[in-house]
Amino acid sequence: MPDTLPTQPRISQLHMRGMMKRFPGVLAVNNVDFSVEASNGRGEIHALLGENGAGKSTLMKILYGLYRADGGTIHVDNTPLTLRSPQDAIGRGIGMIHQHFMLVPSLTVAENIALGMKSTRGALLDLDRVRARVAELSERYHLKVDPDVPIWQLAVGEQQRVEIVRALYKGAALLILDEPTAVLTPGEVDDFFRVLRQMRDDGHLLVFISHKLHEVLAISDRITVLRDGQRVDTIPTSTASKLMLAQMMVGRPVVLEYDRKPCAPGDVKLMLDNVNALNDRGAAGLRDVTLFVRAGEIVGVAGVSGNGQHELAQTIAGLRPCTSGRIRANGQNITNKSPRVLHRCGMAYIPEERMIDGVIKDFSVAENFILHDHARPPYARGGLFMRFRGIRTASQQAIRDYEIKTPGTETPIKSLSGGNIQKLILARELGRKPQVLIAAQPTRGVDIGATEYIHQRLLEERSKGTAILLISEDLDEILALSDRVIVMYEGRIIGEMPREDVDIRQLGALMAGAQ
Amino acid sequence: MTLRRFFTSLLDTTPYVLALLAALGVASILLLALNAPPLEAVGAIAQGAFGTENATAETLVKATPILFVAIGISVAFRGGVTNIGGEGQMIAGALAGVTVALAIPQAPGIVIIPLALAVGFAAGALYGGIAGALKAYFNVNEILSTIMLNQVAVQMMNFLLNGVLLDPSELGSNAIPKTARIVEAAELPRLSISLPPGLSDLFGTAELFGRTRLHWGLVLAIVLAIVTYILLWRTIIGYRIRAVGQNERASRYAGINIQRNILLSMLLSGGMAGLAGAVQVLGLQYRLQTDGSATGFTGNAGFNGIVAALFGGLNPLGAIPASVFFGSLLVGAQKMQRELGIPASMVTAINGVIVVFVVSAQYFVHRRSRRRSVGGTPEREPAAPIVPAPLETPS
Repeated sequence: MPDTLPTQPRISQLHMRGMMKRFPGVLAVNNVDFSVEASNGRGEIHALLGENGAGKSTLMKILYGLYRADGGTIHVDNTPLTLRSPQDAIGRGIGMIHQHFMLVPSLTVAENIALGMKSTRGALLDLDRVRARVAELSERYHLKVDPDVPIWQLAVGEQQRVEIVRALYKGAALLILDEPTAVLTPGEVDDFFRVLRQMRDDGHLLVFISHKLHEVLAISDRITVLRDGQRVDTIPTSTASKLMLAQMMVGRPVVLEYDRKPCAPGDVKLMLDNVNALNDRGAAGLRDVTLFVRAGEIVGVAGVSGNGQHELAQTIAGLRPCTSGRIRANGQNITNKSPRVLHRCGMAYIPEERMIDGVIKDFSVAENFILHDHARPPYARGGLFMRFRGIRTASQQAIRDYEIKTPGTETPIKSLSGGNIQKLILARELGRKPQVLIAAQPTRGVDIGATEYIHQRLLEERSKGTAILLISEDLDEILALSDRVIVMYEGRIIGEMPREDVDIRQLGALMAGAQ
Repeated sequence: MTLRRFFTSLLDTTPYVLALLAALGVASILLLALNAPPLEAVGAIAQGAFGTENATAETLVKATPILFVAIGISVAFRGGVTNIGGEGQMIAGALAGVTVALAIPQAPGIVIIPLALAVGFAAGALYGGIAGALKAYFNVNEILSTIMLNQVAVQMMNFLLNGVLLDPSELGSNAIPKTARIVEAAELPRLSISLPPGLSDLFGTAELFGRTRLHWGLVLAIVLAIVTYILLWRTIIGYRIRAVGQNERASRYAGINIQRNILLSMLLSGGMAGLAGAVQVLGLQYRLQTDGSATGFTGNAGFNGIVAALFGGLNPLGAIPASVFFGSLLVGAQKMQRELGIPASMVTAINGVIVVFVVSAQYFVHRRSRRRSVGGTPEREPAAPIVPAPLETPS
């Protein structure tokens, strides 16, 4: 490998034509054309947009050599390309940054970059050369990276930069970015976009996989929308709008801005008073958290992942001991009470990890639906036997009411999609007519259609007078639904403001810890 | 069950059939390595297990304690408790059962038998309950505790058989330690089937199993299998046990008492094993005796029951044929040893091979069912221990 960095893009155009990929029982990618092209030394950022399961990741994994296509051709600069493994792709200048970083936490940045690379010194590591080139790359793309810091000390945004530097180091001319902004704060996203633009202007080709419309509109040159494995259209970003893209993704008109009636809050239904709790590592997870939620309002808790939101939800739901402080729901003290007592106080909970806390994956749809009330009529009789007729009737009703797509009530819940599982949890929790609802990441990993549905249901609950605490890492969701916004940082509440007063810059700064 | 579901379920058993065939293939290689013709060996096993009326009865006699234990293991494993303590719980049940039978020799059978069985169940339940309580309230690994308690039970039995429970007529002699014989009234009656004239010609006898050791314990075990099936899939108790076994966190949030249900599944599981021990005493040996070795009394039924439970898909009904299958291997092995000179321990090896293949098939089925998704991409799930799915669930 030459010592100087390649300055010219080594790929000026890449064409995928008629790509096909079949998985058992599903056509994941169906006759899709896709291209990325540079012009006059300037690269391109091509956004690949679609819902979960639309085939975006599958298509790109074909391009990175992780999947073998069942049909179609790939041409790089008009020569056909056959990919058997990621090595083939890397050799041809194609790199990919995965959603989950592939870094060894205990090794330094330079060591991670040297991993899997041939050293010029045979069996010995050549860290000085790596260091020098990392510095050179950081300089050119404003990717601030210290080569001698171990990965575990880096924030998520910094780790992402390391991934990008590594890909560039390997000589990537075309870089695939799989949902790269999911882990970043708004401020970090801005920095990240600057890096991407710099790379593009330098002649790199970038594929930006996302389902966030505003980001796609902000960063890309062209947009290709996939739906159900097929390409809907490819359009220049300058001609695109949010609404139009959303409709292309979902295949029908969608509502992006909800019609929210003005908030008319009633009595305080949920009250946290100086609550402290430990996290899973035994350190302070919640520090003196004080908040309240009134009937008929949605309070959104924003924050970067891992700043106590998880602990907050679990502590209120009675699944994590509260080490000091008090929690009151519906006028009753529920501090460290069992979930059963909480249910009786009119609490409902949509858990963050739905496959672990929300449902029993090997149980059927019906069995999961009756999880809380399995011992009560109409699901049981005589205090001992289950009443299958009652269970079936009620779960069929829930399937109809909540538009849950399932072959039947006896289907194991694990074979349903995330959106449908979430709808079942919603049916179960809202069916109890709660007065207080804790919704933790209610639409994470859920497609647009189901997200819209869940949002509408939450707003309906709000009009019914339920006090809702919405904990979400998706700022759009917080802003679309909340009446008040609370920001958490390192287990503390460091900001609170009415929705109307939210300034996105200031919110981002708070999420990053600025007071 | 609709026709379509029937065929789907038929298709679902295919991997198991293939696994069994593959296991028999490997077993054949093992047999060939010992210079034994596999077909003849299998023939000898089948002949030894089912060839005669008496052979069939012996197979069922061997299957009976395995079935009791397997029912209990099914409950424990469904409840997320890996009970390896069938041996110890069986011994506890046998010691308690024989003590009752010896303590009240004047009482009529109608009193002794149910009482001895009930106390045997209770003793096994309490013994299993120790490990259950340790797991539920102190988070002690139940695999370790049950294995250790097996050792404790064996030594306790040897101690008691050489002391207070020793047959008074054996005092001072060096014979195998054993209790006195229980009174005739305490014996579980022998089981025979009176055949109508048409059938009696076919079987060449008017009373099937008339002169064999087959006893009513088998019927009791089958009834219990049915009751336990109903308990697991038709009652609230079973729903809770299964919920806790599959996912503690979701169950906890649903307001189910985790500790109580862990303890309950171990009590039930131990109780079934305890019954196995008591039935072995009242129905077969009429006393508690051992050759001094760890498995001298149980004949390994406490362990074979675990294998049979897995083989039966952790379903008490599936455990019935599975137990008969393992019973037949045990009985048939002796014939194979006699006729072909193959060590009977070879059957233990074949046993193991079958288990490996069947559990692998289970894994395969598990994976495939995950791929068969509906309405989009199935949710990613956390890694979980593989627990065989029930053979059937109520609709």
